[in-house]
Amino acid sequence: MKDIITLAIESSCDETSAAVLKNGREVLANIVATQIDLHKKFGGVVPEVASRKHVENIDAVIQTALDEADIKFDDIDLIGVTYGPGLVGALLVGLSTAKALSFALNKPLVGVNHIEGHICANFIEDKNLEPPFICLIVSGGHTHLVEVKDYGEYEILGRTRDDAAGEAFDKIARALKLGYPGGPIIDKLAKIGNKNAIDFPRVYLDEDSFDFSFSGLKSAVLNYLNSKRMRNEDVVVEDIAASFQEAVVEVLVNKSIKAAKVKGYNKIVLAGGVAANSGLREKLIQKCSENNITVKYPSIELCTDNAAMIGCAAYYDYIKGKISNLTLNAVPNLKLGQK
Amino acid sequence: MKILGIDTSSQVGTVAIMEDDKLIGEYIINTKKTHSQKLMPMIDEIFKLCEISIEDIDLIGLCIGPGSFTGLRIGAATAKALAHVRNISVATINSLESLAFNMNFSKGIICPIMDAQRNQVYTCKYIWENNTLVSVEDITVKNIDSLVEEIKERYEEVVLLGEAVDLYKDKLIDLDNVYIAPNSHKISRASSICELAFEKYKKGDVKNHYDVVPYYIRKSQAEVQYEERLKRMGENGK
Ligand SMILES: [Zn+2]
Repeated sequence: MKDIITLAIESSCDETSAAVLKNGREVLANIVATQIDLHKKFGGVVPEVASRKHVENIDAVIQTALDEADIKFDDIDLIGVTYGPGLVGALLVGLSTAKALSFALNKPLVGVNHIEGHICANFIEDKNLEPPFICLIVSGGHTHLVEVKDYGEYEILGRTRDDAAGEAFDKIARALKLGYPGGPIIDKLAKIGNKNAIDFPRVYLDEDSFDFSFSGLKSAVLNYLNSKRMRNEDVVVEDIAASFQEAVVEVLVNKSIKAAKVKGYNKIVLAGGVAANSGLREKLIQKCSENNITVKYPSIELCTDNAAMIGCAAYYDYIKGKISNLTLNAVPNLKLGQK
Repeated sequence: MKILGIDTSSQVGTVAIMEDDKLIGEYIINTKKTHSQKLMPMIDEIFKLCEISIEDIDLIGLCIGPGSFTGLRIGAATAKALAHVRNISVATINSLESLAFNMNFSKGIICPIMDAQRNQVYTCKYIWENNTLVSVEDITVKNIDSLVEEIKERYEEVVLLGEAVDLYKDKLIDLDNVYIAPNSHKISRASSICELAFEKYKKGDVKNHYDVVPYYIRKSQAEVQYEERLKRMGENGK
């Protein structure tokens, strides 16, 4: 059988990325131009600034991916692109590029859900991984507990009702004046702090709900900081980081294990930017081994936003005949499982 | 020499194909539908109807702004990708010059205005001199009321056009030295982009797709606020 070459593009937030994949799971190139330094001074991603940078970078990022993969435009069989969820202006840059490439090359276009891409990062990481399994997707924008029934077939079991897990990390980091992005900084401090120092609340919501809520925890940390400040008492930043992270991680892990048990799976897969968090990985590995559940998670490069994961998702849609057309628009609040 | 022209700087989405001195086809869609939904289907359609392939195109003419930030990026990303695959150059044209070009050989001042929000317009003034269009000032962002005052006091005859004409009709309609361009010429046309692109090409003034970026004029709101904050901190520090 002839190899299928996918060119994939991702621009939903502050990374401009292009990747080339062979047969959906073999990454020939995965180029990510990050804008983190550009947004640091604003304390978060500024959509207009991100969109401007995407349009400046995108064709060079694509060419670098093609060069690294040693692939020419004519070798490409399909174009995969993120069309949601994400920042609309940012999404539109990648999407417009992908549509023009699809037209000029006369090759099919496949619009990909970004969250689905995060799940698929695991198919790249582990070539033998097959659905079904339970997937916990945690990032700056999303917190989802998903039953992955087959390639491209998902059922959302739970999602956050307020802040995403990564968002909570960023907000706490800001309150502690630690800088941006908050996740990696808190993770680093948590390693030297005492996770049992402060008893922050664990919010489990209803007994059988797989939904999450992190706003209460966020307020608890902020209240703790305020009361300490009012009394002019010093705080141990490392302990706050460790105790906060432990509270987030414990809920994420316990709900994931419960979902696996309720749905009858012995495999949990981690995905999304926060999947890079070492506290989360350790706790999940430990709890899963206690419960005879296998854990899979992508390498750090595949956890953060990248086009390879989008290309993998596009490939499975393509072989199932799910093709988009040139009227495809960006959908900033696209839900998982929605086409 | 075949040129594909693209302009998505305002609500109007327009594409055209021109061969040397002959306009082969032009699309102008002035609806609220997003450029993301309009542009590629228009390009696809015009090639089919004109029985021309993208492989026949030698140059892309792109309107780079000023105008709607998102619109400019959709046009730029599209033009850059087409030029990239085809390995052809891009001639970048500003939106106001292209609008002024719609009013070939008019006497007096031609003043295109495009919505820049918050009662402001992107604007410039042009005249025809020896059969060429020349700008008589730099492109600026102006408050509509100060522009109206300026037109009243300074000029004998002004042709107004561009999308903001409809937006500020009430302020403009009673000026007796003003002509408003007919509907066919009032809005952006990719045929004008093609023609100006051809002129630029003849002068060797074309770009590699890597170097093509929108011409926003304005910084993003976040950058403006950041700079203001730095300035305030600097003043307080003194
Ligand atoms: Zn993501």
